[in-house]
Amino acid sequence: MAVARYIKDEKDRILDVILESGIHVKPSYTPEDLNRTGFDYDKDVADPGQYPYTRGIHPLGYRSRAWTTRQYTGFGSPEETNQRFKLMISHGQTGLNVAFDLPTQMGYDSDDPMSEGEVGRVGMAVDTLRDFEIAFKDIKLDKIGAGLTINAVASIMLAMYQAVGEKYGYDAKVISATPQNDILKEMVGRGAWIFPVEPAVKLIGDTIEYSMTAMPRTNPVSVCGYHIRESGATPAQEIAYAILIANAYIDNVLARGYVVDDFVGRFSFNLNVFGNMWEQVAKFRAARKLWARNLKEKYDVKNPQNLFLRGLFGGGGYGLTKAQPENNIMRGAYYALVAALSGAQTTALCSYDEAYTIPTPHSALLSLRTLQLLMDEMGLRDTVDPLAGSYFIETLTKEMEQKIEEEMEKIEQYGGMIKAVSKGYIQRLVARQAYEVEKGLESGELLKVGVNIYKEGESKEVELHEYNYESAEKQIEDLRQVKKQRSQSDVLHTLKVLESATKEGKNIMPALVECCKAYATVGEMTNIFRQEFGEFQEPALF
Amino acid sequence: MHEKSIKVLIAKPGLDGHDRGAKVVSHALKEAGMEVIYSGLHKTIDQIVRIALQEDVDIIGLSIMTGAHIPIVEKLMKKMREEDIIGKTVFVGGVIPAKDVSKLKGLGVAGVFPGGTPLSETIEFIKTHMKKA
Repeated sequence: MAVARYIKDEKDRILDVILESGIHVKPSYTPEDLNRTGFDYDKDVADPGQYPYTRGIHPLGYRSRAWTTRQYTGFGSPEETNQRFKLMISHGQTGLNVAFDLPTQMGYDSDDPMSEGEVGRVGMAVDTLRDFEIAFKDIKLDKIGAGLTINAVASIMLAMYQAVGEKYGYDAKVISATPQNDILKEMVGRGAWIFPVEPAVKLIGDTIEYSMTAMPRTNPVSVCGYHIRESGATPAQEIAYAILIANAYIDNVLARGYVVDDFVGRFSFNLNVFGNMWEQVAKFRAARKLWARNLKEKYDVKNPQNLFLRGLFGGGGYGLTKAQPENNIMRGAYYALVAALSGAQTTALCSYDEAYTIPTPHSALLSLRTLQLLMDEMGLRDTVDPLAGSYFIETLTKEMEQKIEEEMEKIEQYGGMIKAVSKGYIQRLVARQAYEVEKGLESGELLKVGVNIYKEGESKEVELHEYNYESAEKQIEDLRQVKKQRSQSDVLHTLKVLESATKEGKNIMPALVECCKAYATVGEMTNIFRQEFGEFQEPALF
Repeated sequence: MHEKSIKVLIAKPGLDGHDRGAKVVSHALKEAGMEVIYSGLHKTIDQIVRIALQEDVDIIGLSIMTGAHIPIVEKLMKKMREEDIIGKTVFVGGVIPAKDVSKLKGLGVAGVFPGGTPLSETIEFIKTHMKKA
């Protein structure tokens, strides 16, 4: 939350600055600092588009292409979400980022007792292909890519995306989906997990394997350091864990006999922006470098394009405050600036009312405009990696690199990422850190505007996006209609095939696509997995 | 004289997995000398009430971030009536709009602590309330 610890004297002069990752910031930097860290331009930075890609993956950066604006969007029924998609596209948004409600994320149908009160609340409800048909109606799926923010049942949503694409006449090879599909981070933070670690990682391997040939424009995994950071990880831990999680998915696919160059180029990342801006910029520059080096040295990746860290840098939800909500508009603008200075390919920006609820059309458009005015009005597309060569930024990037490597080393020593998550090691660590931050805010050691300093002023009521109970009822009624109209024998047959594929450990994607086309429900498909795999048992934290 | 520590259940009802707040509060209550049971994620109301009974907790805290706090609390209160433990104190935290605070209290919730509430306030509430009870 607060971005660094400041040690001050009685006259408010800053004596020391300690960044969240543990790095001390000096009052000034000179070439001597670069010498001290062993800085070498060619080895550590290199020109944009050159290994190790510290300065960015494309030689011309945003001159060749502006970042994609991909605001997180979706609520209520598929009709409402379709309208919001079109509103955002009509205002210049260039990518979609679909929010699903919790029942969908957890594999329950809207009429399941577990879904009560949750249907369409934090994202759109999806029960069958019918819902995707409505949500993506009249959207040019060959022109715009869709992020599918879902994890435990990402395989089902990817299958459904192929099914809806084909229904609307698009070859699966031309549509581009980015399911989030990162279950290990769900187990660390955010918590939308269903199955135990091993089968959950196997499902991700299936989507990667399937996409290689069936949906080659799809980015089957978006590794989310973002949520790990939101759970209490430092920026260095965020990147360290994201790289190690990505490696766990790579290892699963390699064990199937593939060559890493066949698939790793489609990996993407979702990383968090909030925090000290210098630390963030250094974090992203170090992340690009370490990911490229990880792939080259550990996995012997040959094709330079496969070494690119491509990502959505966005956020940053936890940075926003409930106190003085309009301050979040300014916070968001700074986060967007940091993302642009860091070379994000894609940005999504939390809206100012997200500390309360999902965004209204007004706040969602304000966030989109924030991104657009940096792009078209403020000169952020002029030159690549404009902070490069700064004594401070280059020193800090080197220091961040070291911190990230230290954090990776700790996990490797513990026994690797899968063990660290299964045993709750990371969960306990980040929960403890989150508590330390809260204590720092209460004691005033960490500063947050409107929260523990400059608290005065009138309180402001935020216009809230209201939950629509009627749309939840309509969703349930529509599901009943689909169940009446679909061919029961097709549903039974396709589910049977899915069940066999699941039991036999085959790749489940082809069977899922057929289930979706037969209008099987998300709950029906998930239940097959639930029965075969069981559920993740959360390690005890206290 | 040895004083029995207050036993608190921090529970995450429903499907939401955002548990940073629940874990932070659990840490704070533990550090304040209370015994804390954390339910883990995705618990139904029936499961929460069962844990409360099995562990014989003094007070139940729900952490709800989805906006579904009203239907969830209604369900909890119904279940508590059925189990005849309506006297147990309940408090709620999470993303709670100001206008819902009185509604929750009307349903029988003793304390509401929306996101941003200082931890000390929650600790103080439990200590005071448990003394009264």
